[in-house]
Formats: sequence, structure tokens, C-alpha cells
Amino acid sequence: MRTNAGPGSVGRLWHVAVTVVVLAFLLIPLLVTVLFSISTTWESTILPEGLSLQAYANLFTDERFLQAMGRSFLLAVITVALSMLIMVPTIFIVSLYFPRLEKWMQSVVLLPFALPGVVAAVGLIKLYSSPPFAISGTIYILIGVYFVIILPFVYQGIRNSLRSVNAIELMEAAEVLGAGKPTAFVRVILPNIMPGIIVASLLSLSMIFGEFVLANMLVGGSYEVVQVYLYRMLGTDGHASSATIVTFFALVFLLFALVLKIGNRKTRTYVPSDGGKEEPA
Amino acid sequence: MAGRSANQHQVKLLLLIPFFLWIFAFLLLPAIIMLVSSFQNDGGQGFTLGQYVKGLTHPLYTDAIKNSVILSFVSALIGIAVSVMAAYSFTTFSPKIRDRLLNVSNIMTNFAGVPLAFGFMILFGTNGMLTLLFKEMGLSFLVFDLYSWKGLAWVYIYFQIPVGILLVYPSLYAIKQEWREAASLLGASTGQFWLRIGIPVLLPGIVGTFSVLFANAMGAYATAYALVLRNFNLLPIQIGGLVSGDIYPRNELGSALAFILFLILIIALLINEKMLRLARRGQ
Repeated sequence: MRTNAGPGSVGRLWHVAVTVVVLAFLLIPLLVTVLFSISTTWESTILPEGLSLQAYANLFTDERFLQAMGRSFLLAVITVALSMLIMVPTIFIVSLYFPRLEKWMQSVVLLPFALPGVVAAVGLIKLYSSPPFAISGTIYILIGVYFVIILPFVYQGIRNSLRSVNAIELMEAAEVLGAGKPTAFVRVILPNIMPGIIVASLLSLSMIFGEFVLANMLVGGSYEVVQVYLYRMLGTDGHASSATIVTFFALVFLLFALVLKIGNRKTRTYVPSDGGKEEPA
Repeated sequence: MAGRSANQHQVKLLLLIPFFLWIFAFLLLPAIIMLVSSFQNDGGQGFTLGQYVKGLTHPLYTDAIKNSVILSFVSALIGIAVSVMAAYSFTTFSPKIRDRLLNVSNIMTNFAGVPLAFGFMILFGTNGMLTLLFKEMGLSFLVFDLYSWKGLAWVYIYFQIPVGILLVYPSLYAIKQEWREAASLLGASTGQFWLRIGIPVLLPGIVGTFSVLFANAMGAYATAYALVLRNFNLLPIQIGGLVSGDIYPRNELGSALAFILFLILIIALLINEKMLRLARRGQ
């Protein structure tokens, strides 16, 4: 425990006050959403008139919501699986055998940061709404573009774990012991970077579940994912909206807790070799 | 032996092909199409600078650019100030509590877009909880119209804060407690410490984070779009309306505006790059 945070107790008090105010500001909109989802009626009073779980009972029997959740889930799982299948070998090969490509690759994977959804959508709509590649309005265009959106996080996570397990030396050791490169990769490198792969996957899943702009602009109602469903409920059904948000956030929370758990275990198991790389979290 | 290693080289290159194809199809090609389209006339033909001229002179679009820049600048400025204060306050707690605070803040980066718009509607909307509470308590001066620019600014500041804390926190490690002790032994007050040592050391990190927050707000679309009661004239909203709105799509003008937005973001992110390099050299 640090004792001298600022000169004396005035400093202490200040830091506690700042922390409480900022956290309250951040948490209140979410907490009020939770409260709304368990209220009976809450229209023109300060506090809800009564509490009930009816909104959740309705939501989880609503065919449209369940389908939207299913679509989001399918989309997220397919995209993340494809991303890992392609990106883990790619990042491994580039960082170990083509160091000159790496610099170029780093700029490419950062590019999505400069392309927010609304900008990215412009070219995609033009390119994919007419033959020969008319995939606008289908799950395929979302898989394609979500793969790109999660790239920065996937790259960072896998690159960091390759570095922290010292992949170059591991490969050399395995090859000296007689393993071929593919065997060494599958039997030695993959199990060692698995925590990094899982963390990157979980973060990507929660990103895809939360994405609205591209889903709405590229696909909208023809493949309604959960965020688009939420948007369409917003003006008409407050209970369905709030219960959807709470469900979505519970999922994010779960994924985040898993990330933390795996992240902590990883630091206990592996000693970073090059002076403590930051955790991808 | 030589044949085998050449073969291996080919296998490695082959394994890279899916990545390059994917990037080409869903990142580079759409970007090129957008750029080309921005130089075409409304029918998607010819070569013209007309879309850029329109985007940079028509009041509707110049206002959108201006509004976006102002909103992003203000929300990034307030966001970074609050983030630095909060992140520094976090560091004064014990490691266990500090990590919990950071986790809560990090997870709140997910409360953005449509869910955030809903949260603010039930708090600050016309019959919102806090709107009614403030009125009841006679604190009407605290009531604001969520569907005004001021209301939108609050929402933007909200989503900047957790992102700001996440980004600025690592650079706060640069402030070593020993420096504070040394400065205080030499007779410096808290104010003097921050003015002469703390802020200058943190500055690259702060400026870098500020530019990321600016870019974050410039590109934000979902929250303003979801506050359905009013059409805010913002650059992303205009772009979205032009390429996929109910009115007939004008992809070429949308492309030009999107490219303008892209350039603004690139500049902001390059500033961040430069500042990160400065910060690293300083340590």
C-alpha cells in the first residue's frame, strides 16, 4: 500500500473522489439499463413502479431475438475460426522467416484503425452489391470484413505470444532434436502460444458481437444480427432493448473474465524473455 | 538438400497467400474502389474533382466536417483530461484494487454505440431518470437536452473516457514515485511537480492518446445514428446517408467525403505514431 499519494490526506481524498466520480459516471448508464430491464413500468417516474423478470422471459422466447443471437454467434465463431486458421501460420511464418515483410504487415494490420466502419462500408457496398461478387446482404460480406476488423488485435496478441515464448529458439531446439518444421510448429509452438490464441479469439468474439455499423450498412434486415435487432427495437420496445443490452453485456463480461483468467495463468507459467512484454488485454 | 530448402521456401510463401488474398479483397480493393469512385461523376463515369469541390464547398457538407471536428476535438480534450486524472488516481491504490479499477474501466469500452445511446436515453431523455430527478430536486440547471449538441457531447465524452484510460495508463508508469519524493525534498509543491516534471514527461503519451481519441470520435457513427430523435449533421452520418440511405445513393460523393475523413484520421494517427516514438526515446 502506497502511503504518500499526494501530500497527506487531502491528496488521498482527492484520488478517492476522482475514482468514485469517474467510475460512477461510467457505470450508471449500464446500471440504469439493468434496472430498466427488470422494471414493470418506468415511464414518467424517477424510479420504476415495480420489478419483474418478464422482459427476459419475453426476450428468450422471442423467435426474432433468438435468431439474431444465433446469427451473431455463427458469424463470430466462423470469422474467428477462419482468422486463427489463416493468421496464426501467417504471423508465425512472417515473423520468423520473412522479417522484411513484417514491417509492411504491421502497417497493413493497423490500417483498419484508420478505416472506421462507415468509411470501410463505402467501398465494400460499391464492390459487392453488383455481379460478379454480389454478396452484399449476406453473411459472407460480414465474415470478410470482420476478419479485417479484428486483425489488429489478432496480430498483436499472437505476435506478442510468439515473442514471449521465444519461438525462434523453440523451433531451433525442436529441429535439432529431429522434428521437421511442420511437426515442430504443431507440436511445440502451437501448444505454447495457445493461451495467446484463446485470448485473441475471445476479444475478437466480443468485438464482433458488439459491431453495429457494418452490419447495419452492409446487411441490415436481410441477415439481422443482434446489434441490428437492438437498434430496431430501440424506438419501439424499451424492455426488449434493455434486456438485449444486458444479455449482450453479460456475454462481454463472461468473455472478459475468461481473458483475465487465461492472461493471469499465462504470466504465471511463462517468464517473458525480452524484458516483460505487455499483456494483450 | 538445396532443393528441399527451396521447396520449403515455396511452401511458406504458399501459406501466406490466403492472408494476402483476403486483405486484397476486403481491405485494399474496397479502398481503391472508393478512391477511384471519389473522382467520378454522379453516374460513376469519367474523371472529375467535382465531388471533392462539392464536399469542401457545399454548406451541408462543410458544416458536417466542421461539426465533426469540433465535437471530436472537444470530446477528446475533455476525455483526455478526465482520463489522465482518473488513471493517475487509479495508480495511487494498492495493486489489487488498481487492477480491479482498470478492469472495470476496460470492460466499459464495450458500452458504446447503440447500447450507449439507449443508456443515455433512459437517463437523460425527456422522461429520463436523472432529468426527472434533477427537476424534482429543483436542480433544473443540471437538466440538458440529450438530443442537442451539448447532449451529444456528453455521450461522446462518455465513450472517450474508458478508451483514454486504457491508452494513457501505461505512460503514467513513467512518473516514478521517487521523483515526487525527490522533488518534494527539494521543496517543490504538488503543483510545481506536475508543471515542471509530471506533465512534460507525460506529454508525448497525452498528445498521442488525444489524437487517437480525436480519431475515435471522428469515425464514430453508431451512437449519433442511434439517437434517433434528431439528425445530427456529422461527417460519418452524411457519408452513411449518401451510400446507404433512403434517398437514392450517391456513392461518388460519399466516397469523396469518406476519403476526406480517412485523410483526417491518418493525420491524427500519424501524430500518435510520432508521439509514441518520442515517448519511447524519452524513457
